[in-house]
Amino acid sequence: MTDRAPASHDQPTFRLSMLIYDKRYRSLTFQVIVLILVMSLVWWLINNTLTNLANLGKDINFRFLFTRAGYDIPQQLIPYNNDDTHLRAAIIGLLNTLLVSFLGCIAATIIGVAAGVLRLSKNWLFARLMTVYVEIFRNIPLLLWILIIFAVLTEITPTPRAYRGEDGLDMVFGVIAPTNRYTAIPAIVAEHSPGVLQIGRLAIPWLSIIFIGLLIAAVLIRRWLLARAQRIQEETGRRPTTWWITLALFVVPPVALWFLFGLYLEVPELTGFNFSGGINLDNAFVALWLALSLYTGAFIAEIVRAGILAVNKGQTEAAYALGLRPNRTMNLVILPQALRVIVPPLISQYLNLTKNSSLAIAVGYMDLRGTLGGTTANQTGRELESILLMMLIYLAISLTISGVMNIYNNRVRLKER
Amino acid sequence: MSEIHAESVAYVRDTMLPPATPPDRQVGALRWLRENLFSSWFNGLLTILGIAIIWFLFDHFWPWLSHSVWNANSLAECRQIIAEKWGEGASGACFAVIRERWHQYLFGFYPRAEYWRPVMTMGLLFIAITPVLFSVNPDIRRWVLAVLGLLTMILMALTEVPDWSAVLMFALFAVALLLADYAPQRLLVFTVCYPVVAIWLLWGGSLWYPLLTFAGIAIGYLAARAVPKERSGLALLAGIVAAAIWWWLLSTPVADLLSEALPLSLPRVISHDFGGFLLAIVIGVSGIAMSLPLGIVLALARRSDMFLIRVFAVIFIEFIRGVPLITLLFVASLLLNYFLPPGTSFDIILRVIIMVTIFAAAYMAEVIRGGLAALPRGQYEAADSLGLDYWQAQRLIILPQALKISIPGIVGTFIGMFKDTTLVGLIGLFDPLKGISDFVRSNFEWKGIYWEPFIFVGAIFFVICFSMSRYSMYLERRLSRENH
Repeated sequence: MTDRAPASHDQPTFRLSMLIYDKRYRSLTFQVIVLILVMSLVWWLINNTLTNLANLGKDINFRFLFTRAGYDIPQQLIPYNNDDTHLRAAIIGLLNTLLVSFLGCIAATIIGVAAGVLRLSKNWLFARLMTVYVEIFRNIPLLLWILIIFAVLTEITPTPRAYRGEDGLDMVFGVIAPTNRYTAIPAIVAEHSPGVLQIGRLAIPWLSIIFIGLLIAAVLIRRWLLARAQRIQEETGRRPTTWWITLALFVVPPVALWFLFGLYLEVPELTGFNFSGGINLDNAFVALWLALSLYTGAFIAEIVRAGILAVNKGQTEAAYALGLRPNRTMNLVILPQALRVIVPPLISQYLNLTKNSSLAIAVGYMDLRGTLGGTTANQTGRELESILLMMLIYLAISLTISGVMNIYNNRVRLKER
Repeated sequence: MSEIHAESVAYVRDTMLPPATPPDRQVGALRWLRENLFSSWFNGLLTILGIAIIWFLFDHFWPWLSHSVWNANSLAECRQIIAEKWGEGASGACFAVIRERWHQYLFGFYPRAEYWRPVMTMGLLFIAITPVLFSVNPDIRRWVLAVLGLLTMILMALTEVPDWSAVLMFALFAVALLLADYAPQRLLVFTVCYPVVAIWLLWGGSLWYPLLTFAGIAIGYLAARAVPKERSGLALLAGIVAAAIWWWLLSTPVADLLSEALPLSLPRVISHDFGGFLLAIVIGVSGIAMSLPLGIVLALARRSDMFLIRVFAVIFIEFIRGVPLITLLFVASLLLNYFLPPGTSFDIILRVIIMVTIFAAAYMAEVIRGGLAALPRGQYEAADSLGLDYWQAQRLIILPQALKISIPGIVGTFIGMFKDTTLVGLIGLFDPLKGISDFVRSNFEWKGIYWEPFIFVGAIFFVICFSMSRYSMYLERRLSRENH
């Protein structure tokens, strides 16, 4: 309370009723009451839990995490077998959650931006088509989309055997083979492989480490380059052209790697009953990923559309009046303003997508909920510990994402002076 | 210059030319096509792509839809009929499953003889919400009531309810129509009473228990009114204490007594019999009705000056928003018996409703907080300068504007929550999407049927969610003051 009245001198005595009727004390009284209520509620819940667990002869401990898991997980990013601990199984699940969320966010952004822009395009037909897409996906539960896409993949696609022989089916683009159990896609393989980096049981190919290193280096060099261009522009009024250096930074290293290590696409091939070579993507994963991307993409389309519409047309006109070319108008005037509107809801859509990935249970994809909150909880009978741990992990992911959002928001906020 | 005479200035026309018709390429369909579909090569490419997509969809789905079978007893029979009619290898939809099992998709395992109860509850729901949702325009109110009444009567005819219930429902709609025209405020009284009626009709048992439970609110209100007006804090306390005493000590014995004296009772239906859209709508509507007030309180708490209140609100909201709904539902189904005193077990639907309400309220709080933050500072200052206290200012000045701003977000949350009711299938309830469909497919006759139930359920969800979003647009238009 900022408007605290000065204490009057003719009423120095303190009466009990002032706790309620005096503005100085009232909020304090109220807060103390709420604190007591909340604390007693928490105490009541904990007390009940302890009593119930004692009655069942259980206690709360997390030792089960270090016992043998004994179940298999179809898709794993780091080595795992059923002799590993429940903790490792949970980490596999967490990685699966993060993988499908990450890939889903990328695909949803691409779909959403395309659909949002096309909805505003001058093309009448495509604008209508996109409207239909957005409305249909937004108004029907995500679970239905996951189940439908899973059913399409498992019911309509052929068995691997159907690709056999001369009169067998052709692969999509000659490299992708959707089957009723998995989708076989090609993998990038090196002819002269530089080997792998072995950390414990984890084997990371040097190739990917080199590639990521080069990518980071390219980004850093580009930032330095742009800063330098900015400095030169401020000193001399002339901006050195940088685009071809940027292009080279991102194009030359991959091409060099390609030739240096003799990379080639390993197309999956039918041997016996199954495809080998390449990567077999589990149908549950593909269904979840596609459904999450299409569903979230519809929401992102609306966000993008609103963001573009939110930038006043006068801004474009003003930029043109200053003599800016269309693409510089876009980069320097429109996008910075539109992004300020687009990015916060976009990131909360990413958050939703990550949380919605827990619907993996519907198609049996082993994510965090399937491992820690599913099989582990059932096998060990430690539902309380498993579910609490799972909720905390989800909470940590969410808080991390929204923390990033807050940093971004503070950076692009309108500076009001 | 000098040779130009005044008379020779004949170049200025002194009459208007009659407007000429534009060239053929600039009018009608041709112009529309040029502007909207083929304005540039890229645009033309898009158009061709769009046509290709539409053709692809049509080509794949039309034969399947047009070959649909509505009368059959099993999937095998369906396939046989299709093969007979359209030749070997033709594929077609088998909507016979919907024809045979639609009642399970709508009501789950609710006893067939009691179908009049959920249908009547739905009809009454329409009557109850009309004066709230369409409070301003009597024309719209009349139309909405008439259309919804017709819908209810059609559903009653389809479910073959007893005649007396149809007549009763018809009479109730007639009364509601009259009231809506002449005394809409009276209809609000019914809205307030509706929860009691709905709970009684749906779950059955004695009317007295829900009635007297809700009477606690009235008793609390009366107790608060009995305290002199200037002592508002004391009045609140008195109200809460009176209601608490009623609920803890008095309501059950009084209800026992009354139900012995006058047994107003319907056959009981247990919660596990609820399923299909009945379940989704029960959870959705109660979640919507309860999450809005809770969300408002949470939003106000989060913007409060009091440190502890704010901290508690932030912790609660961030925790709920940080975890997926499905984990909360697992808490409701697996863990709640750990958290409650030994021996307590309460209804699974009630547990789910509570969890869904809490979940939606946290999202609602953030939406409303956005609305509150968007209000100009001057509005708060104006309320202060009028000498209003905190609650008066919120009720009369701040909240109406903040809620108006946040309508799209609020309705978005509602839609999201209604769609999320399908998740209860994952904790073993019979939601229309997975629970009932799995149940239908577990039967030998319908093994392997996927698309038809998906289409049926998806279409109903689409209609409900789409009309909610259209309603929100109507509300926005009605409440917008910019152009008046």
